[in-house]
Amino acid sequence: MDDFYRDYILDHYRNPRNFGKLDRVDASAEDLNPLCGDQIRMELKLNNRGQVEDVKFSGKGCAISQASASMLTESIKGKSLSEIAKLPKEAVLENVGIGISPTRMKCAMLGLKVLKSAAIGELAAWPDEN
Amino acid sequence: MSVLTADAKVRRIIADFPILQRPTSRGKRLVYLDSAATSQKPQVVIDSLVEYYSQYNANIHRGVYEIAERATAAFEKARETVAAFFNAQTQEIIWTRNTTEAINLVSHSWGQQNVRRGDAILVTQLEHHSNLVPWQVLAETTGAELRFIPVDDRGVHVLDNIDALLDGCKLVALSQVSNSLGTIAPLDTIIPRAHAAGALVMVDGAQAAPNMPVDLKALDADFYALSAHKMCGPTGIGVLYGKRELLEAMPPFLTGGDMIRKVEYAKSTYNDLPWKFEAGTSNVADAIAFAVAVEYLNGIGMEWVREHERQLVGYALDRLQTLEERGLSIYGPRDPDRIGDVISFNFGDVHSHDLASILDTEGICVRAGHHCTMPLMEKMGWPATARASFYIYNTEEDIDALVTGIEKAARVFKI
Ligand SMILES: Cc1ncc(COP(=O)(O)O)c(C=O)c1O
Repeated sequence: MDDFYRDYILDHYRNPRNFGKLDRVDASAEDLNPLCGDQIRMELKLNNRGQVEDVKFSGKGCAISQASASMLTESIKGKSLSEIAKLPKEAVLENVGIGISPTRMKCAMLGLKVLKSAAIGELAAWPDEN
Repeated sequence: MSVLTADAKVRRIIADFPILQRPTSRGKRLVYLDSAATSQKPQVVIDSLVEYYSQYNANIHRGVYEIAERATAAFEKARETVAAFFNAQTQEIIWTRNTTEAINLVSHSWGQQNVRRGDAILVTQLEHHSNLVPWQVLAETTGAELRFIPVDDRGVHVLDNIDALLDGCKLVALSQVSNSLGTIAPLDTIIPRAHAAGALVMVDGAQAAPNMPVDLKALDADFYALSAHKMCGPTGIGVLYGKRELLEAMPPFLTGGDMIRKVEYAKSTYNDLPWKFEAGTSNVADAIAFAVAVEYLNGIGMEWVREHERQLVGYALDRLQTLEERGLSIYGPRDPDRIGDVISFNFGDVHSHDLASILDTEGICVRAGHHCTMPLMEKMGWPATARASFYIYNTEEDIDALVTGIEKAARVFKI
């Protein structure tokens, strides 16, 4: 588990990318992980072809949840809502995969869960449960 | 070597706990600092469970054959043992699943009968959700007002306005020891003041019963709730203590088998105390094993338990203080005489869950999060805290390991 906290993870934790709020929000969702109280909100702005033009997240919590969400926001620009709704958990794991214990996996997946919730317009299931 | 680590008594206690002899999957010594969540179990308690299921498992109270009689006798003897341990009458000890169920029994049975619109229920800002949500629900369903005894920024009760808070109050419900900050409540002041104002007092003893002598007669609380699993006993069994005349006047909580005297198609009459509150097949094995746990603690001596933990808390505060200049924040009263079994802290910008995960790699078990006290965390402005809690088998070495573990977290997080 201590292998997890690599430099770029700590960097995303301390300097989250795409952090904040959008001035125009076309789709959004927020949720929390009751285990740790991690909270994440995702806001999406779409272009006229329905693709993500801009994304911002906000929230608080552990390094795993915040860094995972931050990295995820860097990889979704240009995707349609239906593509986001289908994102597999690997979309997170390929960024942060090493050494996360099963209980902490929810922290890693929270950002993806919230992002998918924004895409489908209702609360999505935990990505590790489908 | 320090005094505590050399203490042969602690070494003997540690030897009683099989889980403490097993290394973690990473080959580390298990440093268990989460007894406030649940304590470890000594071999005698584990043996008691095995003995019940392998030698005399039978349903109690109506069986006339030998093993049923043995099970019934052991079950009722367990109640006597537990009653004696807390200096209560045997009929005043109601078996529940845990503290939470004991509190719900009172909020439903006593609460619905006695609390009306315009009455007040007084709790504190420190309460565990288990001693808050049931009173929120009671206030909502009856129209009563829920009031709070405030705590200061160290988590110490502020009693300046206690008389005003008690005015019109039917019940005061508070924990004797806070599971988040360790604060010991000033029950010696609050209970007589509440009684003088005409209110009853329900004490959540989940964190006190395991850690200090509790004499229910002397304490004079009207209700007292506790969980066996935090005091060397098994999960699934707890106690509601209530003063006899109060329990007698209360309607049943759950109804069905075992809690009845006579049942007709249209109506029933109820059994005597304590069985009136024990509907359905009881948790026989765990009640019996809980009595074994209580006898085990009796053998150690609850005065010794309290003193041992007081010393550990003092040592932990001293050691943790050395990390303050590197960004450790220590919460709670900071005085071992006012703290039960827990210390809460945060380290720099390391979230408590990350800290707990890094400590876990060293075999150190601490809890992280809101500790079922979300409103307290919100009030204090802490997103979460890490919490170390101590019990009879902990030593100064465990605290040294914790400090070394926090130093490791500092390296991992480049602090
Ligand atoms: C002060 C306090 N009250 C109530 C509870 C709830 O105990 P249980 O979960 O055994 O019902 C706990 C346990 O975490 C506690 O520490």
